[in-house]
Amino acid sequence: MSVHIPINNIIPFSLVDGPGARCSIFVQGCNIHCAYCHNPETQRLCVGCGTCVRACPAGALRMVCGAVEWNRDTCVKCDTCIHVCPNHSSPRILYLDAEQVFERVRSYMPFIRGVTCSGGECMLYPNFLSELFGLCRGVGLGCLIDSNGTVDFAEHQGLLALSDGVMLDLKCWDDTWFASLTGADGKVVRKNLEFLADQNKLAELRVIVTVNRNDPEAAVRGAAGALGERVASTRLRLMRFRHFGVRGEMEGAPSPTDERMDAIEGLAKSLGFGTVVVS
Amino acid sequence: MKTIDNTREFYDICTAGNLTYKQKLLHLAQAAENSIDPIERPKEADYFFEHGGIDYMCEGNAPYRPRYICPDYGKLLAQGSEFLRLEPATTLDDALWNLAMAYDNVPSVTSRPVYVGQLDRMLDPFLDGHSDEEVKSRLRRFLNYIDRTVASGYCHANIGPEETRAGRLLMEVEQALANAVPNFTLKYDPAVTPDGFARLAAKTTLACANPAFANDRIHRETYPGDYTVVSCYNVLPMGGGAYCLDRLLFPRLADMASSVDDFMGNILPSATGALLEYMNSRIKFLVEKSNFFETSFLAKEGLISRDRFCAMFGVAGMSEGVAKLLGLPDGRAYGTDDEANDLADRIMCQVYKQVLEFPAVYSEVSGNRFTLHAQAGFSDMPGVTPGVRIKVGDEPEVFYDHIRHSARMHRFFNAGVSDIFPVEPTAKSNPDAILDVVKGAFAVDDKYLSFYSSNGDLVRITGFLVKRSEMEKFARGEAVLADTSHDGEGNWRANDLVDRKVRL
Repeated sequence: MSVHIPINNIIPFSLVDGPGARCSIFVQGCNIHCAYCHNPETQRLCVGCGTCVRACPAGALRMVCGAVEWNRDTCVKCDTCIHVCPNHSSPRILYLDAEQVFERVRSYMPFIRGVTCSGGECMLYPNFLSELFGLCRGVGLGCLIDSNGTVDFAEHQGLLALSDGVMLDLKCWDDTWFASLTGADGKVVRKNLEFLADQNKLAELRVIVTVNRNDPEAAVRGAAGALGERVASTRLRLMRFRHFGVRGEMEGAPSPTDERMDAIEGLAKSLGFGTVVVS
Repeated sequence: MKTIDNTREFYDICTAGNLTYKQKLLHLAQAAENSIDPIERPKEADYFFEHGGIDYMCEGNAPYRPRYICPDYGKLLAQGSEFLRLEPATTLDDALWNLAMAYDNVPSVTSRPVYVGQLDRMLDPFLDGHSDEEVKSRLRRFLNYIDRTVASGYCHANIGPEETRAGRLLMEVEQALANAVPNFTLKYDPAVTPDGFARLAAKTTLACANPAFANDRIHRETYPGDYTVVSCYNVLPMGGGAYCLDRLLFPRLADMASSVDDFMGNILPSATGALLEYMNSRIKFLVEKSNFFETSFLAKEGLISRDRFCAMFGVAGMSEGVAKLLGLPDGRAYGTDDEANDLADRIMCQVYKQVLEFPAVYSEVSGNRFTLHAQAGFSDMPGVTPGVRIKVGDEPEVFYDHIRHSARMHRFFNAGVSDIFPVEPTAKSNPDAILDVVKGAFAVDDKYLSFYSSNGDLVRITGFLVKRSEMEKFARGEAVLADTSHDGEGNWRANDLVDRKVRL
């Protein structure tokens, strides 16, 4: 039975969401709210407050029975709605089921080698993912999950079996930092790190490097310690914080210097990570 | 014979402040050639020439060399040259020096070689016993020699589809040199070319806008014997070449038509017919009067043979042509509008049929027919988007739709058709993404793609490559080494190339 889930965006061609050319699917809704989130408009579902309807310069939004309705033909993609939304949401959401998303994905063949589901937090919709991945596998497309790791993957082994792996966002190692950055603790994330590595499903481990807003060195050390020998087969991405799209307290926050990135890369290599990518 | 007084032009060339000595010499030679007018042609051709509906691509009034010459340099290395007094090459140094001496004796429409050979296949047998570093230091000098002496972005080298050590080393050296000359094309067939080698090509293209990717599976069937990719992506017989490339300019022809029916029924067939007759006249002059094949050591020594030459029938400005014919309002455009795309398809079907029904003289290698080429524009002609490309600014939102559109139009052209896509610098960390797109494109029968990094100094104009910094220098009125910077500068402005949609 297909469920319709809120989809923020489907990007036909992405070169930053896993190996090769991929179609990226961004679901709407997240269970945490990171200070450095670069697409905060994907965090929450629309509550129908109507702020964006009044602000839209193109008249592409209107209230229908208490919900915001978006006219994609009139929309000029100026992003005013996103900027004025007091709720970290977007009115430009489509409710689609797995088959509808798959039809879009399939139209991009033969140019892509797979899909990557991201968000928001796509693991809030595991049934949708299982159904979509089943369809994608059927036509030979690879399937990756990009996740914040706060949902326990041990409870979703069927979905994991259908996927090539998980790109896991490890924000920090210490719970104090984690709570200050996201509003939650990182216990499940650390559990997932080991579990996914054991299952050979850790496609990539990602650490965002900020200036004084997390402790990426500690995250890299912590992960290396937890992974043990598996560190050699782990691909680590060190991603420089960039302020684009960020709203709230880290809006306009500085990016780390090249020297800092080099130093962390050196640390990661000395700890034995098999592949270290800096971006 | 009609003569033309262009004394004033001679004077202007002699006193120009932004041309090098060599460039003045070439311009003077062309001006001298254009002071006579020996080619016989139907009066319809004169009419269409005068109104800009057809043109001869700066080929000159009295062709005394084929436009593009593609010698079998492998043969030169194997047999040496009596005319150049060269022994067969037995070492890598012999091979590189012999080639360098040959290049200086290979003419073309630019007076310099547009083809320097299938370098990987030719050089690979000479690498045994040399370390990678020994080979690379030689290749660096060799490639710099070509860049500084040929100094024309229309010059082209080929590699692939097989993986070779020489191919790998050439690409590694190119990454570091980032020269504009020669262009490189990788003949690519995913069934033949290993992924690792193709990945190196993708990485290289993101570093220095070379090589471009040619669909080898399709192109290798074009002619009997081997093929080459030269100049702005002209697919031509190895050991031969192209007598000429002349073209229809759709926007000007559309201006002459009172309706789509008038265009399809009268203007287009008349212009096509006039150009076909004119091309035969050019070829006859070249073969029968100019004595090129009688005097060239390339022909005498079998590095080229007359019966491996053909001529290319070109078209340009499809985007603006259909927009005019349909009176397209803002918001509708060739590339995304079904009616415009379908009309373009109809136009090409008709041109294709008329061209293939016409007997071309001295064209054995192409079945005594002209080949079709989507001409990729030159100099500063505003309002003429190259070939059948989608105009800058009108690109479909989804990149894959762009490629599907290209593939649909590519099917008409056997002698070269291409697209150019700027790429985000971030693609450097994921060259497989480029490769996936190329594989997908070739699977839907797209014939040719090239890429350049959107923030690099090297940019592709219509096919040829120039350095942004050199164009800017020429625009300031300074002399620059490569004269393709002249063509590039005008074209860059005329076609708003800086606004090309960054695709990856």
